[in-house]
Amino acid sequence: MNLSSLLLMRQELLLIGLILILLIASIGRMNKPARGIINLGIFLFGALTVYGFFPQQSGTVFGGMYQVTHTTLIMKNILNIGVFIILLQSASWVLSDENKGNSIEFILILLSTLLGMDYMISAGDFLMFFLGLEMATIPLALLAAYEVKKIKSLEAGTKLILLSALSSAIALMGISLIYGANGSIYFDILSSSIQATNLNVLGMLFFFGGLAFKISLVPFHFWTADVYEGAPLPVTSYLSVISKGAAAFVLVMILYKVFPALIESWTLALYVVSVLTMTIGNLFAIRQTNIKRFLAFSSIAQAGFILLGIVAASQLGMASVVYFVMVYIFSNLGAFGVAQAIYNKTGKENISDYNDLYKTNPKLSLLMTLAVFSLAGIPPLAGYFGKFFLFLAVAGQGYYALLIIAVLNTIISLYYYLIIVKVMFINKNENPIPAFSSDNLLKLGLSLAAVGIILVGFIGYFYDWIYSVSWGL
Amino acid sequence: MNFLNWFLIIPVVTMVAINLVKHHQKVRVAAAIGMGIQLLMAIYLVFKYLAVRHAGNTDQMLFTSDHVWYKDFNIHYAIGVDGITTALILLTSIISFAGVWASWQVKVQAKEFFTTLILLATGVFGFFMSMDIFIMFLFFELAVIPMYLLIGIWGSGNKEYSAMKLTLILMGASALLLVGIIGIYYNSAPEGQALTFNFLEIAKHKMPVQAQYFFFPLTFIGFGALGAMFPLHTWSPDGHASAPTAVSMLHAGVLMKLGGYGVLRIAVGLMPEGAKEWAWVFIILAVIGAVYGAFTAIVKKDLKYINAYSSVSHLGFILFAVLMFNRVAFTGAVLQMISHGFITALFFALIGMIYGRTGTRDIYKMGGLMKVMPILGVSYLIAGLAALGLPGLSAFVAEMTIFVGAFEHHDLFHRVATILVISSIVITAVYVLRAAGIMLFGPIRNKKFELLKDAAWHEKITIFLLIFVIAGMGMFPGWLSDMISESVIPIVNQFVVH
Repeated sequence: MNLSSLLLMRQELLLIGLILILLIASIGRMNKPARGIINLGIFLFGALTVYGFFPQQSGTVFGGMYQVTHTTLIMKNILNIGVFIILLQSASWVLSDENKGNSIEFILILLSTLLGMDYMISAGDFLMFFLGLEMATIPLALLAAYEVKKIKSLEAGTKLILLSALSSAIALMGISLIYGANGSIYFDILSSSIQATNLNVLGMLFFFGGLAFKISLVPFHFWTADVYEGAPLPVTSYLSVISKGAAAFVLVMILYKVFPALIESWTLALYVVSVLTMTIGNLFAIRQTNIKRFLAFSSIAQAGFILLGIVAASQLGMASVVYFVMVYIFSNLGAFGVAQAIYNKTGKENISDYNDLYKTNPKLSLLMTLAVFSLAGIPPLAGYFGKFFLFLAVAGQGYYALLIIAVLNTIISLYYYLIIVKVMFINKNENPIPAFSSDNLLKLGLSLAAVGIILVGFIGYFYDWIYSVSWGL
Repeated sequence: MNFLNWFLIIPVVTMVAINLVKHHQKVRVAAAIGMGIQLLMAIYLVFKYLAVRHAGNTDQMLFTSDHVWYKDFNIHYAIGVDGITTALILLTSIISFAGVWASWQVKVQAKEFFTTLILLATGVFGFFMSMDIFIMFLFFELAVIPMYLLIGIWGSGNKEYSAMKLTLILMGASALLLVGIIGIYYNSAPEGQALTFNFLEIAKHKMPVQAQYFFFPLTFIGFGALGAMFPLHTWSPDGHASAPTAVSMLHAGVLMKLGGYGVLRIAVGLMPEGAKEWAWVFIILAVIGAVYGAFTAIVKKDLKYINAYSSVSHLGFILFAVLMFNRVAFTGAVLQMISHGFITALFFALIGMIYGRTGTRDIYKMGGLMKVMPILGVSYLIAGLAALGLPGLSAFVAEMTIFVGAFEHHDLFHRVATILVISSIVITAVYVLRAAGIMLFGPIRNKKFELLKDAAWHEKITIFLLIFVIAGMGMFPGWLSDMISESVIPIVNQFVVH
């Protein structure tokens, strides 16, 4: 190994550099306002996101522990875009009075978890995977408990750290079983040597359970609603899109790469979990009155759809998973961005507070409508293409029963997404949320989400690009 | 660039223009200009289509263009028209033009209203132009979803319930349709060849018979629900009763034809074996729809419900004709789509105008309206006579063609079905004349109604335009029927045993 091969880790090294710059800046800030440093951080992260799109070499570092392929690069780029939008949307909240004194920490911790996810995606063995997983999870609990004066936020943080520890332990148990059975933790070696023995199946299922917690699949979803409700809005949106997206990426890559021999076991497991997740997520979403809990359950249901692509175990399946996560990031961040804008101005986060929103804030209502329609899969928005390709992937393997369950679930989801539209456009309200204007960064964040929702589907190039770097069994 | 694209560009430009102008009076002018240009384009399309055909071009689809969109799935933006879709595009443009004039008085959120209305029309135009099932389905959903807002925001009565019911039933059916379409895609080409969504390509390759048996009912139900197929028609009366005038016109006049066209082109056209296997089930449902719709219309008191159930009945004719699998019946089905589109649009326009004046749609609260508003009254009678199949008006041509086609089948089952469907025309006469009699003739029951004004100028545009086309189609059906019957040949050929 020489130093130049370290440069394959550019993405992570730059991120570490950015974190250090912010750290030093925040130490040297003394009592001056944090706005400048926050803006600098967001700007630099934006530059990093753009830089990620320049072509890079692929290769391995640390003897195969860390791998860069075109696939991982695309996945990291997608996550970067999402994090960039979240940073834009959360800037004014971070700088608000209630967070005075620890504004910069928010960005620092957020970028640290992203660093963990990047390592998790690039992992070439289970050790690196586990390091990345922990590095992504522990700061997340800090973030959930970020509003230290609110008891709900603290509760969310505590719940998250306890349950994460449990799920990490389960995943670690699975990894050790696999190591015990095969004598290696390297993905490349395991992929050729792993046999369909009971021990391996057990190990794989434990490992899957650990990741299922991160993606909040049923029956590992119980933490989701409480944590989403208690955590501050930007953290909730981060949990629901970035954290979930990264875990889905890792799940699809490791299942396809390491466990092809166990395909029968994990397709069966994912089949069942997918049906449960879609159905339970949808049925619970109908009853929610708080926008954060609502989006929590809607995101559980969406996770069920992500599994459809993984079950397909084909190149098409992997491509549609990655594509769907990208589309989902834009759509969900559109919805969360609107909720954030309203929360910043009024502190309200109940769905009934949005009654008659269109009269006073037409632009926000339209964006919210776009976002929920995209989540519901209404053409010509991006979500339609995402779901259609997932369905194609499932049907490509002949799982028509699963396909029918999935399309029926989209109808249930359409019902509750339409309720949001109804609330904003049709319901009457004596004192609706007054008209207001958000800060420019938030506006930029909302516009990026809107552009993504509208345009991603029309430009076939995105999908072709993702498809070209995907692989199947 | 293919000039068919203008059928999508003009509505989009119109929507932008609507949102740029300031005052609601200018909004409706912008909408009227946009849809007027669209109508002129459609007339130009008809002449150009006939000219090209006359010049001896025998391609199934004319004015085609094809751009790759998603190359991995072989999804293309492929558009083109044949005689069927040319006629349906003409229908759509006439009704959306008339619909704009019928909504001249919309003042609440006029901008949003016209934008959503034209968005719906855009979906319909796109649907009829598509040759690729993927974009066809895209436009299909694009046309259905604005209904939720149109009924929910601008509707009347129990609008939230109706809007949600309509959307969920139609989208639920479209979910089944989605499964059908994906199934068609995976059976669209022989082993080893690239799969395709293009229905011309799929028609060349016979889909495996087992797949046809499985996917035909899904596709048929998916499209059929939009065509008010019994028992999935229940969204239609509630939806129409709550919808504002122009929305009812567009929905009953055009949107429900998406169902009929889809059934003909996709379900029956691509899966002939499946169609033959399942025909008896759907013929029974179509007959029930035709007869049941007519009987229900007799007992309803609300004008919109009467007309909505009348639509269920007449759309039953379309589904019935599509399942007859011969050239005459297919031609009749398309003629019925067009004829019913005009007639029902005229009905809903008139009902909207009457309701706007009297404040009620209950026929028993009205009476003698002929004396105070002769133009509306006479027009209602004309629409009624057209609906019950008076020769010289459009429905006669269409229904006659359907029954001639249906009588080509000699077995008992088809005979009984045909006779039952024909009998529903008699029932049509009952409910049409009953409603007209109670509402228009006799003494004026409510003194307030004596002061009502007759049709205003913008309403006359809607009324006279629609009466003109209904009578025109009734008296000169030849060119239209020729244009359509030429284009159904490729679909009929699917049923010819080689």
